[in-house]
Amino acid sequence: MDKRLERILPRVQKPARYTGGEYNQIIKDKTQVDLRLAFCFPDTYEIGMSNLGLSILYHTMNSLDFVWCERVFAPWGDMYEEMKKAGVPLYALESGDPLSAFDSLAFSIGYEMAYTTVLDMLDMAGLPLRSADRPGLLPLVWAGGTAGVNAEPMAPFLDLFVIGEGEEVDNELLTLLREAKIQGWSKHDFLVKAAQIEGIYVPSLYEVRYHEDGTVASVTPTDGAPLKVTKRIITDLDAVPYPTAPIVPSTEIVHDRVSLELFRGCVRGCRFCQAGHVYRPIRAKKPETLIRQGIEALKNTGYQDVTLLSLSTSDYRPLAGLCDGLLEYCEPRSIGLSLPSLRADNFSMELMEKLQKVRKSGLTFAVEGGSQRLRDAINKNVTEEDLLHTCQIAFAGGWNSVKLYYMLGLPTETDEDIVGIAKMADQVLHCWRLYAKNKNRGVKITISTSCFIPKPHSPFQWEAQISIEEYLRRVNLLRSSITAKNVTYNWHDAETSLIEAVLSKGDRRVSAAIEEVWRQGGRLDAWSDYFSFSRWMNAFAACGIDPTFYANREIPTDEVLPWDHIDVGVRKAHLLHEREMAYSSALSPDCRHQCAACGAARLLKGGKCDG
Amino acid sequence: MDKLRLRFRKTGRAVYISHLDLMQTMQRAFFRAGYPLRYSEGFNPHPLISIALPLSVGAASECELMDFRLKEDTDLAALPARLTAALPEGIEVLEAYEFTRKASGLKWLRVRGLFEYDDRDAAAMAAALTAFYAQKQIVISKKTKRGQGETDIRPAIREFAFVAKGADVELEALISAQEPTLNPELLAEALRQLQPEIAPDFAKFTRIETYDADMQLFR
Repeated sequence: MDKRLERILPRVQKPARYTGGEYNQIIKDKTQVDLRLAFCFPDTYEIGMSNLGLSILYHTMNSLDFVWCERVFAPWGDMYEEMKKAGVPLYALESGDPLSAFDSLAFSIGYEMAYTTVLDMLDMAGLPLRSADRPGLLPLVWAGGTAGVNAEPMAPFLDLFVIGEGEEVDNELLTLLREAKIQGWSKHDFLVKAAQIEGIYVPSLYEVRYHEDGTVASVTPTDGAPLKVTKRIITDLDAVPYPTAPIVPSTEIVHDRVSLELFRGCVRGCRFCQAGHVYRPIRAKKPETLIRQGIEALKNTGYQDVTLLSLSTSDYRPLAGLCDGLLEYCEPRSIGLSLPSLRADNFSMELMEKLQKVRKSGLTFAVEGGSQRLRDAINKNVTEEDLLHTCQIAFAGGWNSVKLYYMLGLPTETDEDIVGIAKMADQVLHCWRLYAKNKNRGVKITISTSCFIPKPHSPFQWEAQISIEEYLRRVNLLRSSITAKNVTYNWHDAETSLIEAVLSKGDRRVSAAIEEVWRQGGRLDAWSDYFSFSRWMNAFAACGIDPTFYANREIPTDEVLPWDHIDVGVRKAHLLHEREMAYSSALSPDCRHQCAACGAARLLKGGKCDG
Repeated sequence: MDKLRLRFRKTGRAVYISHLDLMQTMQRAFFRAGYPLRYSEGFNPHPLISIALPLSVGAASECELMDFRLKEDTDLAALPARLTAALPEGIEVLEAYEFTRKASGLKWLRVRGLFEYDDRDAAAMAAALTAFYAQKQIVISKKTKRGQGETDIRPAIREFAFVAKGADVELEALISAQEPTLNPELLAEALRQLQPEIAPDFAKFTRIETYDADMQLFR
């Protein structure tokens, strides 16, 4: 181990997250591989190691014998300071080698607030931030992850983006990079070739022009790059490799358990939801596959917990059979099975009763809107009746705390809808009084609100976010409507939501502000410990960027969107139709009842959408 | 099988695994290696394992002891290799056996320390360190449960020897393991408090061997 590091580690919090050496890490002989890849996660070890995507791609990329893929995370503040002071550059956990020893850096960017950390990690690696300032082919700096659905704010920094699911395309890219390295191609020649791989977006090959009013006029591909970059997907999830021997951290992380991915995509189509649209089409894994992989992973990790992942667990058709199959292995071994993202229905409650290790403390419902009219407008198919019925079963079964999540600022929201949130909490309280098994323990009802953020590729992508002042007015209205003392109200600040809106809907010019924030010390912005609203606002001002232009302006539907050249499958016409439905508060049936022909199914070459 | 003890090394990158994380790591390793641990009964069952004298983060050891129980009888001779294969880098199981003496019988620890000096004369430092530790009393201030307290660490040091080695000074000492417990880090801390001019720029420690009150090997 680096002597400087040895002196630093005893002084920082939780040093085990900076050392590597965990069980199941992949060690290769660096002299025997053609490409050394640093897989960078722009957040802490605890967050990154909990990310299933990282775990999957670490293993698929390492399945190539000519690649050694190692992990890199962002150090927490104390470690960051110590590294800077001692002059220790950012290093990879497996080998401990500095990033200067690597042929390529691949970032997994799942959320916009990680952008400044990407820049910081480039800097800690000793690299220029901008792609144009890194003239050589190596190290190639690229990224994947959900942020790729509108990669524009990060476009100048990264050499290329992978759009969509990475299991296949990452390895195609690395195969091409190996050829380029061995044959000594120029960076430009490589990027032109890479742009021909489906799912690869090379921002430098697209010329963006703007109107005088600041809106995008055109995005024009050059050097034969495709007009639209189409998202890559895996057609057959049963056939794609799944890491059944994931790394087991030697220190506590956020999600410290075996994760099984039931399906990708979502049948629900909530109109505010980006994930529900950009991960389509729906593809499920067979329960046999999941049971086999789950048992294998439990054996290989020694974990005592397994969890089922998807956007909506209840929508996995063979859920009951899967749970039975897993419980058969788990129960005699005292292994816990947990099911997040269940819908508020009878079946879910029965299932939860059946599972062991379910502490009867809290139930969480994402209700989103305060009235049936608003919930219909956002296509959130939860009725007050459903919710109260589930609460009735829960209270009768011994649960005594309920959390209700809402968004304020959804399109068409009125003051009446906001008051409706308080009314619903009263109904839940009333339900507890009628049905609670043991009233001595009391009840706790928590309302949480956050500020709606319009997201690219969702039906609400053209919508304006409400201003911070308006959000606070609505918060105060809700506060004054809550009278019962058993009801607690927490609201998230709107400042982060404003920045997130700018970053998620931004164009390339926003990159200047991201860089400026980083220059002023911004990193780990997803953490309230580090986020500074004034730093962002100052950076916008310094760069001549008006955040309200991006966040608070309704975009005319005929305007060119900065992300129009990224094709995630779902057609724009479908999004527009869904938006119109919202304005008449009309529900759209979920995919199981009636296919809306959203367009995502065409990504399935020969496969069938499970919607 | 009850009353089982594991002797293991914790070195290299594993020295940064904290005591609590090590307990979790051990549980998972037993599971991976196919040795089902016996759990406590009751509302919140937990595996019945305990590690004698938790090691501080950053300190290495050649002689850690962990008591455990298994649900089934097993061939203890095969256990060390199988369990080591299921453990992260840096943790190596040396032996597994049925113990006869409780861990409270462990009284003395042989430790090795490396005192690193960046720009001082190692031979002179070794001599000065020897003189310092030859004192009859070494009273340092120490954080206790009741706030700041004064402790004489000297009675907890039974033997010591400082030898210059290159730019650094190597220490070998026999220190009290329990009642009182002396954290070897305090051997460097005492210098920082009382004679900073000979305090090392960095010090690291390794436990070497365990003894009982009669200075017989403790197993």
